[in-house]
Amino acid sequence: MANKIRLLARLDVKGESLVKGIQLEGLRKLGKPGDFAREYYAAGIDELLYIDIVASLYGRSNLSGILRQASEEVFIPVTAGGGLRSVEDVRTVLSAGADKAAINTAALHRPALIGEVAEAFGSQCMVLSIQAKRSRTDPARWEAYGENGREHSGREVVEWARQGEALGAGEILLTSVDCEGLQRGMDLALLRAVRAAVRIPVILGGGAGSAQDLIGAARAGADAVAAASMLHYKKAAVPQLKAQLRAAGVEVRA
Amino acid sequence: MTVTVIDYGLSNLLSVQRALEHVGASVQIADTPEALAGAGALVLPGVGAFGDGMAALAARGLAGPLRDAAADGVPLLGICLGMQMLFEESDEFGRHPGLALLPGRVEKLPDTAADGQPLRVPHVGWGPLLPPAGGGGVGGAAEAAGAAEFAGLAGAAGPAEAAGGAGAAGFGAATEAAGTLAGVLPGQECYFVHSYEAKPALDATRLADTLYGGRRVAAAVGRGRILGCQFHPEKSGPVGLAILAGFLRMAGG
Repeated sequence: MANKIRLLARLDVKGESLVKGIQLEGLRKLGKPGDFAREYYAAGIDELLYIDIVASLYGRSNLSGILRQASEEVFIPVTAGGGLRSVEDVRTVLSAGADKAAINTAALHRPALIGEVAEAFGSQCMVLSIQAKRSRTDPARWEAYGENGREHSGREVVEWARQGEALGAGEILLTSVDCEGLQRGMDLALLRAVRAAVRIPVILGGGAGSAQDLIGAARAGADAVAAASMLHYKKAAVPQLKAQLRAAGVEVRA
Repeated sequence: MTVTVIDYGLSNLLSVQRALEHVGASVQIADTPEALAGAGALVLPGVGAFGDGMAALAARGLAGPLRDAAADGVPLLGICLGMQMLFEESDEFGRHPGLALLPGRVEKLPDTAADGQPLRVPHVGWGPLLPPAGGGGVGGAAEAAGAAEFAGLAGAAGPAEAAGGAGAAGFGAATEAAGTLAGVLPGQECYFVHSYEAKPALDATRLADTLYGGRRVAAAVGRGRILGCQFHPEKSGPVGLAILAGFLRMAGG
């Protein structure tokens, strides 16, 4: 039987706007993040994931205001990421209402940050965000990218995930850059490879376009799935997705 | 209804405050014994380690006043670490005494499931609230009354108040605290994040269990007007908000 999965809505934020790109490029403004968050909360989403998509480039996170607003009307777990470089940055988003911090680029540059955040706030707060691009030469190999898919790290994803867990990450947000924004299915080979390497929960993101994709991810061992385009563009609604998951034998929160 | 939320440096204060406000409370934050004095209802949130939490309470001079207030019958809600600190002691990173408002200890979650498979710790995620297996129910009332002497709480869980819990849908013992779960249906889920679990010494103080790794884990505990939630009601959607509303109701607001 498939795992029970959590369904996350991923909200990419640029400035004051909710944006969405394809393969992390070509961002389109879709509206106010608060409006989407409120709707998904009311519809029964299990968690929200806010990523300040340009913060890392500019070296600062802009999320606090958006998180504070969300804390007034959204009463489910919230993960915040994008541009978090230090324990103090994490403290800032946690005090603005986030429950967990997702860190990618800064951890690639300085892996010790993972342990520092886990020690300061508990491993459950430390979500290691990995943006994975499949190798052109070896389809069973992925490289972790920083700066929203723009910066090579030279790190192999499975090994990086294993190292992240050892350093204290409590969860892995695994995003396939190749599949991201296309809504044509998720990289289940990537998920299986990472799933086999770590014990901590893995959230799979990138490419979800239908209930079938979510069911596939659950069967391949995802603990959670992050969806963005399919929700933002109203291709699917949370209650129907959950009903379809349930009908396929995948447990979800009622 | 004004609720005083204790700020001792280890919690998601803003989320707790917003959720309480959402269900109609006006929230006052207290980080000194003076600010805590005269509170009509108290909330002790918490994210972090047990020893750090108790040390932070002690450093601010809050542990004694908190115990005294609860002993005087001021409604008290402990959340996550705040719930665990209601008990007598914990094993987390060495042995640490708690507030001892409820009898029992706090122990590490086992890292194997009931079927012997490896189990992830911390337990992070949504888990169902279930009526407790042992004790609880009708038979628990006498035991709860007997425990009222514990930690100087005589009178806090008297039989008259105990009747107030009758509304709960199969949840827990007949204490006033159990009434806070009145809006919850068995099986509805709440959000948990924890590596340690409370082991209440009295079944009657066990108001709801959850399941993790095929084992029952104390999810809500209480006695008299003291309620503890291992889960985060402020992060548990409408179910959690209903429990916070129940707490306000118990507190008279």
